[in-house]
Amino acid sequence: MGFVTLVVVSIIIFGVVEFLPGDFSQAILGQSATEETVAAFRKELGLDKPAHTRYFDWIGAMLQGDLGISYSGRGASGSDLSRPVIDLIAPRFWNTIFLAGVAALIAVPLALILGIFAALFRNSIFDRTVNVFSLSAISFPEFFISYLLILLFASIWPIFPSLANVSDDMSLGERLVVTALPIVTLVLITLAHMMRMTRAAIINLMASPYIEMAQLKGVSPTKIIVQHALPNAWAPIVTVIAFNLAYLVVGVVVVEIVFIYPGVGQLMVDAVTTRDIPVVQACALVFASAYILLNLIADIISIVTNPRILHPK
Amino acid sequence: MTVNDSNHTDVLLRLEDIQIEGFSDEKWHPIIRGVDLTLRRGEVMGLVGESGSGKTTLGLASMGFTRAGCRLSAGTVIFDNMDLSAIPVPERRKLWGTRIAYVAQSAAASFNPARRVIDQTIEATLRRGLTNRQTIEQDARVLFASLQLPDPENIGERYPHQVSGGQLQRMMTAMAMSPRPDLIIFDEPTTALDVTTQVEVLIAVRNLVEQHNTAAIYITHDLAVVAQMADLVMVLRYGKEVEQAETRQIIKAPEEDYTKTLWSVRALEKEQVRTEDIVLSIENVDAAYNQTIKVLQDISISIPRGRTVSIVGESGSGKSTVARVITGLLPPSTGRVRFNNDDLPASTKLRSVDQKKRIQMIYQMADTAMNPKQTVFEIIGRPLEFYHGMRGQQKRERVQELLNMIELEDRFANRFPSELSGGQKQRICIARALAAQPELIICDEVTSALDQIVQEGILRLLLNLQETYNITYLFITHDIAVVKAISDEIVVMYQGRVVEQGMKDDVLSPPHPDYTQLLLESVPEMDPDWLTNLVKNK
Repeated sequence: MGFVTLVVVSIIIFGVVEFLPGDFSQAILGQSATEETVAAFRKELGLDKPAHTRYFDWIGAMLQGDLGISYSGRGASGSDLSRPVIDLIAPRFWNTIFLAGVAALIAVPLALILGIFAALFRNSIFDRTVNVFSLSAISFPEFFISYLLILLFASIWPIFPSLANVSDDMSLGERLVVTALPIVTLVLITLAHMMRMTRAAIINLMASPYIEMAQLKGVSPTKIIVQHALPNAWAPIVTVIAFNLAYLVVGVVVVEIVFIYPGVGQLMVDAVTTRDIPVVQACALVFASAYILLNLIADIISIVTNPRILHPK
Repeated sequence: MTVNDSNHTDVLLRLEDIQIEGFSDEKWHPIIRGVDLTLRRGEVMGLVGESGSGKTTLGLASMGFTRAGCRLSAGTVIFDNMDLSAIPVPERRKLWGTRIAYVAQSAAASFNPARRVIDQTIEATLRRGLTNRQTIEQDARVLFASLQLPDPENIGERYPHQVSGGQLQRMMTAMAMSPRPDLIIFDEPTTALDVTTQVEVLIAVRNLVEQHNTAAIYITHDLAVVAQMADLVMVLRYGKEVEQAETRQIIKAPEEDYTKTLWSVRALEKEQVRTEDIVLSIENVDAAYNQTIKVLQDISISIPRGRTVSIVGESGSGKSTVARVITGLLPPSTGRVRFNNDDLPASTKLRSVDQKKRIQMIYQMADTAMNPKQTVFEIIGRPLEFYHGMRGQQKRERVQELLNMIELEDRFANRFPSELSGGQKQRICIARALAAQPELIICDEVTSALDQIVQEGILRLLLNLQETYNITYLFITHDIAVVKAISDEIVVMYQGRVVEQGMKDDVLSPPHPDYTQLLLESVPEMDPDWLTNLVKNK
């Protein structure tokens, strides 16, 4: 199922890129290029072949782990400094995973804990504050939050740098300081969904007869939620967590641009402006795979946490 | 149950002028209006009443517990010289599950599906911390064994969905018993069970309570059950005590009129009539779900015109499947269904409107069988339009006629299902079935969700309609009292087969096949010695 989705996505990516106005040869050769030079350049890149042939060439290579060669670095003069797409993406991919991963490590436990406490102290001041705060956070676009954080913590109180400029020789601590603001942004925009779903899933179960039974057995409210409600609430919670993690990986694009963070998102936006099609396609496919993979994991988790499936009759 | 005399003066629980209110429609409404109750150690008090009489609310109140949206507005709960209504909830929580335990009506819903049964059974006992986990688990296994659960050593390791409803109900009794509480509240613990399972649970519960000298409040609407279980009986109505007395006393000579009407319901009985004119017959039918799970094997039943045939059996016996085969919802894999001596097409899709019209159904849950967004007029009017093409004035008049037939006034036509009581809803379902002018009505457990008095009204209505319009009923039920009240013929089913069929008096009088024997002797009787004698004779 996940594989079928991936195939469909690859067709869509390819189709959408086809519709991008202009093409690389024109962009690189400039307005003054003659039609013959453009045609020759297109032929060299294989752009003269019909679309479906190019699609199968691309997908065939992709299946063999060959992401293709980037267009950039080719000069009009015929010089060829182009690099394989994989070399471009790989280091940036790890940067993106680092950013999203740290954000997830903070956001997921925080969302679960806040959600559990919100359910426990339902309709209290705490519950309302957390709800208002988290709802406001998702109501603003991520670039707004990013600039707000830059204004507050880089400009007014210069605690963190405004540019998340990481390099390979940085220690983990340095890295975390440099990327603090983008991480906080990502945490803020994903926290609310997960927190609210945890709260809703638990509250939904609180009306079950077995929860009343636990109350009548004298189990304390905290234990009721952690031991009796939560084990039955995993399926909806995990689905929302996966959705938000996927959003983290994808939504990272805007945040990377704002903080000039060398991740896949920024690479993709650069590639779109230069019409570097192999890179655009590869980035899009990386994002799609991450999205599908995370949802697949969520489905598997919600299946294995169901005792009826885990322990058949 | 005999009471140990030395404990007779030892009061364990005293409820004084309990008043409980529930919040709905922006107002507080009284649920319990001043009830007093005294329970001594080792004593069992039966709480009897219709649904809505407040018996569960009162049962929970004796633990010092009120549900969300309810409050104790007056009165005190004194348990073992502690005023539960005065001490804070965390203090009460220490008593819940350890010194006062609760057994819920539906064990299947009250066990947490994500946790092993043994963990839930010993949870409260473990918290009490008198001894270590191994000892408590071992004791739970002993309790499982004394409740006659299969494989008591290992059954606790299972998850709730891996054991049957009857077994879960017994495990919940073990759960209540595990901390050796002073008081157990049993809230209709056997209502959801088949009669054959019910007897086993009743025997097990009674033995345990007796053995450990536990006091209990036993909530039920079944008088015959309370007669076996309780030393004292309190009858509740509209949140007030109607009458309270020793069990033998109240059963032999109830004082209040209301109590007498409760008692009289079970006396409804009908003369059987033999008819040779067969309206519908099922011949050698086998049926299976998904082509693999066999549910019916070689079923042959014939239903005489204008009479009632009852199918009895426990859950899983295939009695509802017979209805699905007749209506064509589940085409049989072999065999045929004949209606007025013609073959009926196996599937509903292949039947003509006229063929569908002649067979109608009434269901157990009137609530879910009606569209909540439609008025009674629309609900009854729909089959009139669909089967008879009635419109306008003609349809309006016919709806009124039908309402009169089911003994409801014309003004009910404009009401929505949510504005009707349980009994009225079931009457509307009957009117809807009658609207088609069927020859055969299949009644699938139509009275089992209703209180006894309402049940009697519905049964009387069905009998009157049969007499007036010569309608044939196929009555599917597990309740022997209902069978006695309405049938001419009886079919006993067990594990997808017909065990016995014949005229009512023949089936109900000996000699019986083994299963019929077990079924009949499992039906509790009003005689307080019934259970004791049954155990003796086994």
